[in-house]
Amino acid sequence: MSNPPISSKSPADVQPVPAASELEAHLPSKRMELNLGPSHPAMHGTVRMKVELDGETIVHADPEIGFLHRGFQKSCENGTWTQCLPYTDRLNYVSALMNNFGFLNAVEKLIGVEIPERAKFIRTIGSEIHRIADHLTCIGAIGLELGGFSAFLYCIEARELIVDRVTELTGARLTTTFGRVGGLNRDLPPQWLESVLKSLEKIEWLVGEVDALLTNNRIFVDRMKGTGRISAEDALDFGFTGPCLRACGVNYDVRKALPYWIYERVAFDVPLGRNGDNFDRYLVRIEEIKQSNRIVRQAIEMIKPGPVLLDDWRIALPPKPEVYGTIEGVMAHFKLIMEGIQVPAGEIYDCTEAANGELGWYLVSDGSGKPYKVHVRAPSFAILSGIARMVEGRLLADLIPTFDSINMIGGEVEQ
Amino acid sequence: MTKFALDKIAATFPRAFLDRYTDRAGGEWAVIDSESIRDVASELRDNPELDFKLFLSIDAVDRLMLPEREPRFEIVYFFFSVTRGEHVRLKCRVPEDRPELPSITPVYQGANWFERLVWDFYGIRFRGHSDLRRILLYEEFTGHPLRKDYPLRQRQSLIPERPIKDIFRGPGTNRP
Repeated sequence: MSNPPISSKSPADVQPVPAASELEAHLPSKRMELNLGPSHPAMHGTVRMKVELDGETIVHADPEIGFLHRGFQKSCENGTWTQCLPYTDRLNYVSALMNNFGFLNAVEKLIGVEIPERAKFIRTIGSEIHRIADHLTCIGAIGLELGGFSAFLYCIEARELIVDRVTELTGARLTTTFGRVGGLNRDLPPQWLESVLKSLEKIEWLVGEVDALLTNNRIFVDRMKGTGRISAEDALDFGFTGPCLRACGVNYDVRKALPYWIYERVAFDVPLGRNGDNFDRYLVRIEEIKQSNRIVRQAIEMIKPGPVLLDDWRIALPPKPEVYGTIEGVMAHFKLIMEGIQVPAGEIYDCTEAANGELGWYLVSDGSGKPYKVHVRAPSFAILSGIARMVEGRLLADLIPTFDSINMIGGEVEQ
Repeated sequence: MTKFALDKIAATFPRAFLDRYTDRAGGEWAVIDSESIRDVASELRDNPELDFKLFLSIDAVDRLMLPEREPRFEIVYFFFSVTRGEHVRLKCRVPEDRPELPSITPVYQGANWFERLVWDFYGIRFRGHSDLRRILLYEEFTGHPLRKDYPLRQRQSLIPERPIKDIFRGPGTNRP
């Protein structure tokens, strides 16, 4: 019994190898629009990426932001200068201390006062440990999303140590609201520097583990090297700053170019990349953790006892015994709380180096106790605007490490 | 510190260079005629002596409540030169009845989102911008909230809000 023939063609007619013309003929395809986010585990914060795909290749990417907009500027304009400080925590919530201090630095420059020496040291130490935390979070997230879960756990363990130290210092894990115009609202807790040194040792070891787990890991390197590339020229044009710019080989670090606080007095290097790809951004961050570690250690050796807040009752609150015991104290306290610091009329652009780059403040004062205008130049905003350039023409899978390695923080992008 | 760059701009564009001054912290500012901002920006970027290649920021100020309130809007520009190690601070002024000026996106690509932000919050139009949409707020939003005459507690929700009596949303709200 024989089976009926499947096709009407006899086997001799079917060509087993397709002709050359057939190979060149593309399958009919159409472009697909894919939405990543706003609620997507790889879109940190709440960013929606509208991606137009041709097969697996990204033809066009359009990030849509604003889901986390809170009216930062409008809120600041309607509070006193000191009341702006809690809003700045929520900009880059991974490293809130740097936002606090950056804002205070700009206000102090606008008033024209110099903060006490010890406050400068504490601000530097606080900023640098939070820089370590920020970079660890970024590296951990890259590891996590590329399948290296253990690297993520090591990073978070190290970050948790910093968060504990920050909690001891400020009383809050994330929203620190630390520092006041004219210095700091409180001195270091007892034995804090010793515990920072102990934590740093542990962090050094943990970062070494992460380094060993990821830097020579074939899977990790394959996903990171050569992806999300941007040229130095484009990076400058888009306004990249911080590790993303330095990964392209441009030597610009506010701490070196326009030193503030004690950065002139400590020795540290600015790591530079060459290719401007994801892997270089990762390497720059790993190296910056080590350099921040160096800065903190030097600062701890050099720090001396002294006041942490200016003794000027027009700017800083008087000590509590004065408030409760003298009429001048209670008046100064009342005026500062009710009317705010009388920042003289004027304007200023001032910047500090935050974890993601230049954190710029353009402040306008009209001479009352409230800011007239608070513009924040959030580093991630400029970097996110360049992401389309970094991923267009590349595979969809490259979008994930690229999005991770620029370390976009929703809070500061969407204000 | 930025003296050289501003001198250079003043010499190259004598008509567009309206004013210059130093702020209290020593930052030098130049006031540029709004129609010439694109030429000034491209000179700053492409002149190798100046080399302001790093785009930093754009924002605006509504001067409605300031003593000097005319023209109403001030657009501020910040660039940085890595080789010279300094910032340049420029500002342009546009009146309330015609709030528009040329876009600098052909010069700096990074200006794209910042100009959208200024459009979104101040309603200043940038001529020649390829994609001037709102950026942080939604398309249905009416008004420009960072203008000083936009009420602080104005609410514009896309879905109807339930009147909840026991939540106090601040002075001027919760009234039928």
